[in-house]
Amino acid sequence: MDFYFQQLVNGLALGSIYGLIALGYTMVYGVLRFINFAHSDVLMLGAYAAFFMAPAIEKLVPLPGMAGALIVILLAALICAVIGMLIEFLAYRPLRSRPKLTVLITAIGVSLFIEFTCQHKAVFGAANRAFPKLIDFPNFTLLGLTIPSLSVIIVVITALMLGGMWFIVQKTKTGAAMRAVSFNQQAAALMGININRIISFTFGLGSALAAVAGVLYALTAPAIEPLMGTQPGLRAFIAAVLGGIGNLPGAVLGGILLGLLETFAGAIPGLSTYRDAIAFAILILILLFKPAGLLGKATVEKV
Amino acid sequence: MKSLPGAKRWLILAIILAIVAGALAGQFNRYYLGVWMDCGINIILAVSLNLINGHTGQFSLGHAGFMSVGGYTAAKLSLVYNDSVPSFLHVFDQWKNFFQYIPSSVECWRFILLGSGLLLGGLASALAGLAVGVPSLRLRGDYLAIVTLGFGEIIRVIFQNMEAVGAASGLSGIPKYTTLGWTFGLAAVTVYIVATLVNSTYGRGFLAVSDDEVAASSMGINPTRYKVTAFVIGAFFAGIAGGLYAHHKQTLTPTQFDFMKSIDIVVMVILGGMGRTGGVILAAIILTWMPEMLRGFAEYRMIIYALMIIGLMMLRPQGLFTLNFKRKGGQAPT
Repeated sequence: MDFYFQQLVNGLALGSIYGLIALGYTMVYGVLRFINFAHSDVLMLGAYAAFFMAPAIEKLVPLPGMAGALIVILLAALICAVIGMLIEFLAYRPLRSRPKLTVLITAIGVSLFIEFTCQHKAVFGAANRAFPKLIDFPNFTLLGLTIPSLSVIIVVITALMLGGMWFIVQKTKTGAAMRAVSFNQQAAALMGININRIISFTFGLGSALAAVAGVLYALTAPAIEPLMGTQPGLRAFIAAVLGGIGNLPGAVLGGILLGLLETFAGAIPGLSTYRDAIAFAILILILLFKPAGLLGKATVEKV
Repeated sequence: MKSLPGAKRWLILAIILAIVAGALAGQFNRYYLGVWMDCGINIILAVSLNLINGHTGQFSLGHAGFMSVGGYTAAKLSLVYNDSVPSFLHVFDQWKNFFQYIPSSVECWRFILLGSGLLLGGLASALAGLAVGVPSLRLRGDYLAIVTLGFGEIIRVIFQNMEAVGAASGLSGIPKYTTLGWTFGLAAVTVYIVATLVNSTYGRGFLAVSDDEVAASSMGINPTRYKVTAFVIGAFFAGIAGGLYAHHKQTLTPTQFDFMKSIDIVVMVILGGMGRTGGVILAAIILTWMPEMLRGFAEYRMIIYALMIIGLMMLRPQGLFTLNFKRKGGQAPT
């Protein structure tokens, strides 16, 4: 019983991280209709930003643990938001009117560029680095079951982020503009919406989420390295498709489902070696039977 | 074939050249010989991917997966039957007593073993192509890219768990059967088949599907059939290339066929120009030699490579070269 409960908690935490990354994918896909392959590398950059800032922040701001950790996460999110906007401005904006395949290949190129540059010994180097713990995460017991507090924090942060994103998209003026751009770019431009600004903002927001996810992922993993984003990034994309791409609660739902499935499959002896293939098998099944995803709306192509 | 009077002659010429080069291979520096064999294998991979990504307008990121299916099949066959030369071939040893240029029974057996291994590997890979092609039909663009990437990963994970092919440590001690003649001979056959297929009346369907699926289907072309056909043929040749690769490198591990290998082949196709056979061949040769030439800059090599992809997409998305094998009097497929 305790074992299964542990798996449940682990799965929820892993799934929440996937969901957090998937939120970024889904928002960018919503406005630009392409997979931002570099999203997983922004996540890695977020983790590295926190890695380098954590000791400095600790010295500069002698605050109790939790506040210091929050400052580190917020700064990492800010840095990554700028990086995300920069990527959009430099690589994707010049190609906006080109065929989608061109943009897709460029996105792969940007992703490879960030990965290889960071692997260079003058930048981060390819070696693993131990990520600082930021604060102590004690386990606490509830009804005789052990619960790691880090998992709870991850789930809570994801829920808060989802709520915040939902608020921005549904209740603010910028959010209305984002929905308009997603619906029809040209019509949105004719209504006086500054498309470039909205797309830039969306990239910034998505990248900030990726950075938060990156720090949380680094806290659960023993070490960070320049390729750390690739696997969670792919899983998160699958989570976004599973939940219905372009749908915010769907992304988190897809992430949590995927995280739970992976964790439980990893706990079954015969299946654990196939763990890496499970996400892709789910992707293929969902695209075959419900291509719009669990919460998405089916679209019809007009001729 | 009437539409391409020269094509068969070119094919025969290329095969003769490959055989002659193969016979002279002993004279070459072993290092250069190895790189040229890589070139031949990469030409097969790039030209076959070009059928899927270029001519048919799909986007596959799983070519390395197909390659691994063919490679493992052919390698396993060679490892199992390497020493069991069938007795009827011993007749060659008797003839050799009279005429020394006749191949020995062992050489004959190697030839048969590699040939059948490549064919079997190609067929196994084509089957995998069918398995990928059918579910991918409803997808296009980035979804298709992710699904093919996923299939490649699934194939890799399966090999990683398959005890019969050495699981994570892979196969080693594969006999070195691949020669310059085999690689370039088969590269010529691949180019010939893909180029003539696309230029044939049937093959125009690939280009139509690439241009506009809806328009093509309203003209009575079945896009589904063409997409699956492209995947099956492309995978078949990727399987053959995998077999040649296995008998050239002599060791196979699942990690050799990861996402980066697929990207390498995709870059050959986009550098050469999607749907431009001649350019793709040239790009395959250049991109095989480039890392060898840049050995001194090894640590910057991959960064340059990534920048090249971005720059190419911004400045010249149609590819660097405009070489193409076009039908005489007809219009070049774009």
